[in-house]
Amino acid sequence: MPWDRNEMAARAAQELQDGWYVNLGIGIPTLVSNYIPDGIEVTLQSENGMLGMGPFPTEDEIDADLINAGKQTITELPQTAYFDSATSFGMIRGGKIAMAILGAMEVAENGDLANWMIPGKLVKGMGGAMDLVAGVGRVVVIMDHANKKGESKLLKECTLPLTGKSVVDRIITGLGVFDIVEGGLKVVELAPEVDMEMVNSMTEATLV
Amino acid sequence: MAKKIYGSAAEALDGLLFDGMFIAAGGFGLCGIPENLISAIVANGAKDLTIASNNAGVDDFGLGLLLQTRQVKKMLSSYVGENDTFMQQYLSGELELEFNPQGTLAERMRAGGAGIPGFYTKTGVGTVIAEGKEVKNFDGQDYILERGIVADLSIVKAWKADETGNCIFRKTARNFNPPAAMCGKTCVVEVEEIVPTGSLDPDLIHLPGIYVNRLIKGDHEKRIEQRTVRAA
Repeated sequence: MPWDRNEMAARAAQELQDGWYVNLGIGIPTLVSNYIPDGIEVTLQSENGMLGMGPFPTEDEIDADLINAGKQTITELPQTAYFDSATSFGMIRGGKIAMAILGAMEVAENGDLANWMIPGKLVKGMGGAMDLVAGVGRVVVIMDHANKKGESKLLKECTLPLTGKSVVDRIITGLGVFDIVEGGLKVVELAPEVDMEMVNSMTEATLV
Repeated sequence: MAKKIYGSAAEALDGLLFDGMFIAAGGFGLCGIPENLISAIVANGAKDLTIASNNAGVDDFGLGLLLQTRQVKKMLSSYVGENDTFMQQYLSGELELEFNPQGTLAERMRAGGAGIPGFYTKTGVGTVIAEGKEVKNFDGQDYILERGIVADLSIVKAWKADETGNCIFRKTARNFNPPAAMCGKTCVVEVEEIVPTGSLDPDLIHLPGIYVNRLIKGDHEKRIEQRTVRAA
């Protein structure tokens, strides 16, 4: 059985190391915070200006001045620090954030990432994604292996406008874990009951 | 000392607005936006505005109000989802849009306010953002040249200010407000509370009053875009 969204998030949480400062993107990456392993302490950065992001508030705790980068209400922790957007992206661009876990529309075998725009269809913007992939130490993508039409999202070359060039280090899909290496994607791990035949049939990118 | 405190948003903006001007606005989503100043610009009717703001509000709140009245010619933003009015005007060609990566937009404001006309960043290298921009290699890595922003006017929301304009912000409502404040030739700030000079700790000022030309106390709806809760 391929991993579902929660299992993908749980697998991504295994990437975290104690003491790291980490940025989680919107969607499945947000779920990663539910699976942080025991004994690992990470500080979550929210690029709108916060380190030490806490859980969603109870109804009584809601504060309009306290939101995450997805504009959701959240809470603070004892170690929380707030700062302005220029400072926030200073720490991102400056390489102080150890890892970003992001969603994607397409990833190419050389690490190119497309996750911000579908020309003529979706015009929302890149938000902080271009800064994150350019600046953080390690970029991990969590995404479905195929799109809604059943086509591979792991490609030889991206067809959509790029968010960053050669920026992705690791991809976690429902089928397994893949690293960007010289010459293509290396299979690091397969989800339960997934075999290489299935991966080969569902992957356009070169597997090495 | 010249008095910075004004009685209303309209008074604070008096003489500052003109057609075709460039405005930098603080806020992230609907958090920390200068609600009172936006409403006063709607009432004033100044048009053909270029606005640098991370987002463009929602249809009926924030900068979305200025889109509804078609006062905006161009937006510099990083993310404009959740706004149908924006999408319609953009797709019909009425509204120009210059996407800026979020950190690039923040740094453009900070740099412009700090007297830095341009800076090199690796954000956007190899993407459409780099098109037409100078590329320079430093220590084996490519960077693109981005320009600092100097706006005609900054509109900003802070939590508290003293009578000299020293400001503090609250939680994530700080966001783009300090860099937006820095980059304006004139900066107007609205706050929830104006406190006597001397009552804020000088070590804890987020935005020194030198950046603040005019100040008002406003009333704030503080609308929440994504109300997300857990069970108590």
